Amino acid sequence: MATRDTRARSSDFLRLVLLICLSVVVMLADRRTDYLQGVRFTLAMVATPLQLIASTPDRIGTWFQDLFTSEESVNQANTRLRGENMKLRARLQRMQALEAENASLRRLLAAAEKVPDQVLMAELVDVSLDPYTHKLIVNRGVTDGIYVGQPVLDPQGVMGQVTETMPFTSAVTLITDPSHATPAQVERNGLRAITFGTGNPDKLKVSYLTHNADIKLGDVLVTSGMGGRFPAGYPVAQINEIIRDASEAFLRITATPVARLERSKQVLLVWQGISKTFSDNLKDSE
Amino acid sequence: MNGTRWLIVCLTFVVAFVLNLIPLPGWVLPYRPDWVVLVLIYWCLAIPDRFGTGMGWLIGLLVDVTNANLLGVHALGMATLAYLTSRLHLRIRMFPWWQQSLSIFLLLLIYKSLVGWMRSLLGELQFDWMYWMSSVIGVMIWPWLFIVMRDLRRYARIS
Repeated sequence: MATRDTRARSSDFLRLVLLICLSVVVMLADRRTDYLQGVRFTLAMVATPLQLIASTPDRIGTWFQDLFTSEESVNQANTRLRGENMKLRARLQRMQALEAENASLRRLLAAAEKVPDQVLMAELVDVSLDPYTHKLIVNRGVTDGIYVGQPVLDPQGVMGQVTETMPFTSAVTLITDPSHATPAQVERNGLRAITFGTGNPDKLKVSYLTHNADIKLGDVLVTSGMGGRFPAGYPVAQINEIIRDASEAFLRITATPVARLERSKQVLLVWQGISKTFSDNLKDSE
Repeated sequence: MNGTRWLIVCLTFVVAFVLNLIPLPGWVLPYRPDWVVLVLIYWCLAIPDRFGTGMGWLIGLLVDVTNANLLGVHALGMATLAYLTSRLHLRIRMFPWWQQSLSIFLLLLIYKSLVGWMRSLLGELQFDWMYWMSSVIGVMIWPWLFIVMRDLRRYARIS
């Protein structure tokens, strides 16, 4: 009796050791390769419905709100939106002219031609993930052509990038996640910098700027396009604190994200316009 | 144990997962107890022959996918938790309620520190004392959860 019990126990322990080894292998494989995409997809068949169920209270709430919105307020909103639309259209006309001019100038220089970015709107699946990761779930996945590393914006600025894709949803890591870094530059003078997430939803750290760097309070950082992940020129953050400590090699700078990371319900997924290379353009002009 | 009974066990996990994901305002989030872990501990105590390390690992993998984490982190933590709980189930079942709560608290802390340690190695997490808050709330909820789950188990005659 006793021997059987000890045998059962040791086999249980063996199973635990095996599973721990398997977990470590899975972690390494998931971090370094994409072999486990199939496993993730299979588990997402269970996980995605769970997320959708958890987000229903919020959706019912919105539905009720829509139901009881008065006609008056809808009309007001409509008028306001129409005005906004007119203004934006007017600006767009100027943009189109500028874009054409820019393209022809670039062609004259035989430089890489910039192709406009494509966007897709996605809605957040309203679930609260574990508070120590700054991640969001959006309702677009592989079936909409979403890929890992895709930049995510809101109307104000850069929010983050897609880090996991599933068939119908994907996870977005925000720029404030402690493991996220964003290549940026100061809009005013093109000074390059990198912003790091701090785990605090309204704080970014700007590192590796020396004491003589030309940076001021209120400067806006935009994406620099370095690294190829984020298209250049989208606003990232605004500098709100610069500490000059002579005993440190670099300035201690904090910035506030421009995007409304905690309030945006709709986000934009961007496909970067694939810019033609210098040699392609030379071939074209021949 | 037949199909319907397994279905009931699955349903308790569905409820636990949904409770873990339901949107809450930011300041409440650190206080949210880890329902999936509590339900896992319960089933490991109640039916240790059928529900153990392997199931814990699978549930953990599902937690990793729903939380969009690196695969394997919670799987490792939950497999260890399930193993410890099923090893100690006879003792924990015998304890009076306050001793039982204390051992559950220790199990929760072991699980949280294991997962927290791995995640800080991966650079996903910065510890602060709020990190342990969910275990405190979890152990406060445990006695009530235990009663509800026991009644459910007796009603469904799962053993």
